Amino acid sequence: MTYNDKVVRQFVVMTVIWGIVGMLVGVIIAAQLWLPVLNFDIPWLTYSRLRPLHTNAVIFAFGGSALIGTSFYVVQRTCHVRLFAGGLASLVFWGWQLVILAAAISLPMGWTQGKEYAELEWPIDVLITVVWVAYAVVFFGTIIKRRVSHIYVANWFYAAFIITVALLHIVNNLALPVTMTKSYEVYTGAVDAMVQWWYGHNAVGFFLTAGFLAMMYYFVPKQAEGPVYSYRLSIVHFWALISIYMWAGPHHLHYTALPDWVQSLGMVFSLILLAPSWGGMSNGVMTLSGQWHKLRTDPVLKFMIVALSFYGMSTFEGPMMSIKTVNALSHYTDWTIGHVHSGALGWVAMMTIGSLYSLTPRLMGKKVMFSVKAVDAHFWIATIGIVLYIASMWIAGVMQGLMWRAFNDDGTLTYTFIETIAATKPYYVIRLLGGTLFLAGMFIMAWNTFKTLGQAKAPEFKAAEPAYWGEHA
Amino acid sequence: MLNSFWNWFVIIITVGSILACWWLLHWTKGVSDRSEDEVGSTGHVWDDDLKELNTPLPRWWLHLFNITIIFALIYLVIFPGLGNFAGIKNWTQVDQYKAEIASATAAQESVFGRFRDMDLEALMADQEAMEIGARLFGNNCAMCHGSDGRGAKGFPNLADGDWLWGGSHEQVMHTINKGRIAAMPALGAALGEDGVREVVAYVQQLSGQKADPEMASAGQARFQMVCMACHGVDGKGNQALGAPNLTDDIWLYGSNPAEIEYGILNGRNGLMPAFENTLSEDRRNLLAAYVKNMSGS
Repeated sequence: MTYNDKVVRQFVVMTVIWGIVGMLVGVIIAAQLWLPVLNFDIPWLTYSRLRPLHTNAVIFAFGGSALIGTSFYVVQRTCHVRLFAGGLASLVFWGWQLVILAAAISLPMGWTQGKEYAELEWPIDVLITVVWVAYAVVFFGTIIKRRVSHIYVANWFYAAFIITVALLHIVNNLALPVTMTKSYEVYTGAVDAMVQWWYGHNAVGFFLTAGFLAMMYYFVPKQAEGPVYSYRLSIVHFWALISIYMWAGPHHLHYTALPDWVQSLGMVFSLILLAPSWGGMSNGVMTLSGQWHKLRTDPVLKFMIVALSFYGMSTFEGPMMSIKTVNALSHYTDWTIGHVHSGALGWVAMMTIGSLYSLTPRLMGKKVMFSVKAVDAHFWIATIGIVLYIASMWIAGVMQGLMWRAFNDDGTLTYTFIETIAATKPYYVIRLLGGTLFLAGMFIMAWNTFKTLGQAKAPEFKAAEPAYWGEHA
Repeated sequence: MLNSFWNWFVIIITVGSILACWWLLHWTKGVSDRSEDEVGSTGHVWDDDLKELNTPLPRWWLHLFNITIIFALIYLVIFPGLGNFAGIKNWTQVDQYKAEIASATAAQESVFGRFRDMDLEALMADQEAMEIGARLFGNNCAMCHGSDGRGAKGFPNLADGDWLWGGSHEQVMHTINKGRIAAMPALGAALGEDGVREVVAYVQQLSGQKADPEMASAGQARFQMVCMACHGVDGKGNQALGAPNLTDDIWLYGSNPAEIEYGILNGRNGLMPAFENTLSEDRRNLLAAYVKNMSGS
């Protein structure tokens, strides 16, 4: 029996390509915030249409391809069995690319549901549902026919990610179609806002956290060649994480028409979420402990440790920002943008890049990428880019919050809105520089991936022998 | 207010979820205490070399988790969260807003109190009053009239000493308090194509622009039938209606013939919002003095 790696290779290549596309659009809109004239008065290139294209491309095209691709690799390796329903797996690949293509056309056209991270109109939502069900069948089918006793921890997280994203997607996108490009959601008012942010925050929790923790649980011990630090910690933080995340959504709606009690619940559960999040970070970091000397020679591990550090930092920052008094300052400012990108670039992208640098050579039966030096260069360029990005948005955000709330003895605002924008401009330039550096790193990765995969015909790998062990071996 | 079912539903799943976390920790802590001396592998091996240790939960981490749980429970006693239970502080965001407004209003009393007995002249001469007026203008008026008060197309220039609705203190206060709705009717149908062009010529002539004298004189006849009701026989306007003086060189929508023609054909509508419910009387008084001072009249 051999593993089905063709679909994995396809997803790996598309992850890199969509990463470049998504981040390029991000760089363009970052430049537009600095120089609005860069939309050239063309409707398809305005910030309002490119911004959802950026978020959808990086989350669902780049992140989604990475998650589905690595899950197909990991579930086979840790179940010691070939992927269930290979034809269906191909359909998942092509279907997902079709979803991305449809998004890339419909969003610049301005067809949108107007719900953040759920902009895609109903025909695309239906297609996503079909592809997702196929994905679940392939993944859980493989789990069911596994030839080992226990389900490996990475698969718990992939499973939670697949099931929950299905639930979130369907509930939040319930809508009444009017035409092919227009629909009305079934919820109204504060209920609609609550459903949207229940979806929105769990997209963070299950798409961008649980899925990437799954990646971490396979590729960190693989690359470090050491055991996972604590099985017990895995169990506790897994169950705590998936049950608590569900409650955190209302912190996006502090001081709004949402009832006070719902806001409070969102805040306290966001605070409880700190420990489960740090459980995952600790398990990853402690898995690397004892292998620190490898950081000197293996830049792939550097990506992973930096990703885990950013994961720890942004999951500390998140609960702090959910506290009402902090949120009163941070809400609606660029601090939120900085926070999101410390998660998106620092955690999600760095973990993806590290995992792909670990996975890509293995697909060719090799230990390392075509150029280890290029991996190292990518690491430093990306890290400097993230630091510039986040630091500038922190400063800009806190400054905006303080300027907006400042008022004189007579009750007038100390600063007009346009003054706050003028004050933010230098930070937009620094952010653009940070984003451009991060994008530059992706081009290095594309070259290195092309060289690594293009060296020879990809070999086939024999599935590992069945492994059954007693409950208390 | 939630009905009784949903009230208890919220309370039970909230407290239940928090206690479940506590139970999860307590349960695994018990397990890990029993095996604290053997930090061995679980014996599970995947994919040739993936193994797991059975390390007990880090103590600092358990403490962190417990602290957040205790905080949550205390918070939900003090603040709203458990269904209809308002919390022992009876806090609401609406009350917080009202309290902040009340304290800000009280603090501002000392700022505005001084101006209450001052008349218009005294206010205009008072530097602090004019500084506050400028800030009020920047926050409330500048988006239409411009930060220097010089207006824009369709938004009157307040700094030129010319008044559409009158420049006395009472008239300016009325404008700020109640707002103004200016309506120039569309006269294209009444005047016909030629008629409109003739009236345009006459209006040009009135303001001292060059115009075909024959057209202008035909326009004058039409003006006296259609336009004089508001703009007056001599075209000097009527402040009671907000009808502009057409004999000066001040133009709200532009002086070129195309703009004049557009106005006559399609009409014009101006809207100044009322501020009596948005700004306190103290503020409106200072604003009126500031605008008066700015106009130089």
